[in-house]
Amino acid sequence: MTEENQNQELTEDEKQLFGQLLCEDQNDLTDFNEARRNFLKQITLAGGGILAMQMFGGEVFARSINDPLNAELPVNLENAVNVAFKVNGVKKSLDVDSRMTLLDTLRERLQLTGSKKGCDHGQCGACTVIVDGKRVLSCLTLAATCTGKSVTTIEGLAKGGELHPMQAAFLKHDGFQCGYCTPGQICSAVALMTEAKNGEVSYVTPDVRVKPGSLQLTDNEIRERMSGNICRCGAYPNIVDAIKEVHSGKAVAQTWDFVDQKQSTQI
Amino acid sequence: MRPFKYSVTSNVNSATKMLTANPNAKFLAGGTNILDLMKEDVERPDELVDITQLSLTLIKPITEGMNKGGVSIGGLGKNTGTANHPLIRQSFPLLTQAILAGASAQIRNMATNGGNLNQRTRCPYFYEVSMPCNKREPGTGCGALEGINRMHAVFGWSENCVAVHPSDMCVALAALDAVVKVQGANGQIRSVPFADYHRLPGDTPQKDNNLNQGELITSIEIPKNNFAPKSYYLKVRDRASYAFALVSVAAAIEMNANQIIQARVAMGGVAHKPWRAFEAEKFLAGKEATEANFRQAAEIEMKQAKPLEHNKFKIELGTRAIVLALTKAMNGGKAS
Repeated sequence: MTEENQNQELTEDEKQLFGQLLCEDQNDLTDFNEARRNFLKQITLAGGGILAMQMFGGEVFARSINDPLNAELPVNLENAVNVAFKVNGVKKSLDVDSRMTLLDTLRERLQLTGSKKGCDHGQCGACTVIVDGKRVLSCLTLAATCTGKSVTTIEGLAKGGELHPMQAAFLKHDGFQCGYCTPGQICSAVALMTEAKNGEVSYVTPDVRVKPGSLQLTDNEIRERMSGNICRCGAYPNIVDAIKEVHSGKAVAQTWDFVDQKQSTQI
Repeated sequence: MRPFKYSVTSNVNSATKMLTANPNAKFLAGGTNILDLMKEDVERPDELVDITQLSLTLIKPITEGMNKGGVSIGGLGKNTGTANHPLIRQSFPLLTQAILAGASAQIRNMATNGGNLNQRTRCPYFYEVSMPCNKREPGTGCGALEGINRMHAVFGWSENCVAVHPSDMCVALAALDAVVKVQGANGQIRSVPFADYHRLPGDTPQKDNNLNQGELITSIEIPKNNFAPKSYYLKVRDRASYAFALVSVAAAIEMNANQIIQARVAMGGVAHKPWRAFEAEKFLAGKEATEANFRQAAEIEMKQAKPLEHNKFKIELGTRAIVLALTKAMNGGKAS
């Protein structure tokens, strides 16, 4: 971490908070690094340590959006950890705060905002990505633990302008309404195809003692295996249809269509 | 989340030494529980020791010693891999069903076997730092004792804590008489029978289990048994999937013609530890496998229960769940 890469100025928000919290004139704080440390110290003394951390976090993340991917962070990282991994087939190496989750790293440092932060507590599945072939929750994965791993996000599924079959099926079957859970749903469904191929069982599999072999999933199986992805719009029936189509390889009837020209004149 | 030092080790001895050297350090394996608790400010370690690179992931048959013919499960094996291992599916299907009844596919892909044992309660008073909780902050009182305690214990609770252990996997391990192998900083491995691994709350609810600081679960051993043809894990919950148990039952039966040689019954969602229904088991030994006997066994067990204000329903629910789990076990343990 070099001095050149550090922030040269306090943000407006920080100055304002300074004004509120410090008695001395903020203009006297000419050394900005000193100012930052003082700011953090003072705000902690004022009982707002957690608030300060969150504010700093937000500011750091926002600022880094325009940085080149491999640039170091503009401020000294506390407990910095280097993570070198592959994201959608591309090698990445960056320093992160030990607290950074994989989700925040993807979204705030690598500009891959497809993976969504829903609950940030592993209860909704919106942050689902595929790590070394397995679907996992990126909000409960520390970036620091990802060195040497290969991460696939929703951005990495389409190949050469061609949608992944699961993406196309979600479009065909209207497997969403607001779309917020969709990247997680699709990543989860893509990994589920591999699990079924490998003969992995679920809580609703009739007999877990049968020898592992490729499984044909019923609607009930799909629902159970997708229960880690919540859709508050309630697009579940359409999500099941989309997954069933890709899994079985047989077309499932589409239950909606755009109006044609003739119909549109009648509206 | 508070700042913490991130350390990595690929050696069991150094892992246990690192935790013994720093009492404020915690192990990081799957991370599904510890990171959530750190975000909530419930857990506040100043160091996480990443143990995911330790080679403790194998599942293998035990070829010697007391548990010969059984299976050894690595402490750092993932829940998904354990549930789907051919040896577990064919010889210990109860464990497969129990693991798959818990959490979601994503979480089971991350969570480790040792971590499953050491996960903390999901009692909302434990999770909410503005509430009193003797488990989180000894001496502050129990918010759930006279609070919203629908999800809480009916067996073995104390005035200090009425939380329940959240695991499904552990309920099956309790029924199967598993043994937990732990290694401490001195390098020695000790064996803890599953019934003695987790604790009842008593006066020290802050201690979930009998693991000492720095000790690491290296493996879990399940002794050989004859339950594979007749076992079932039943989970009753508010949603069809991805919810913690109101009541769950692991049932396993070994028969000789019409007579029960031995039955195993363990319950989840009812106590601070996986609750082994010893009274029900005692009653069933030598009896015929009839619904009337199952019902009587269940009633004998549930008679010891002491419900709280909002969970009286768990008495009848628990009774019926035991009967249904035993019935399904008798019918071959298939999911319907």
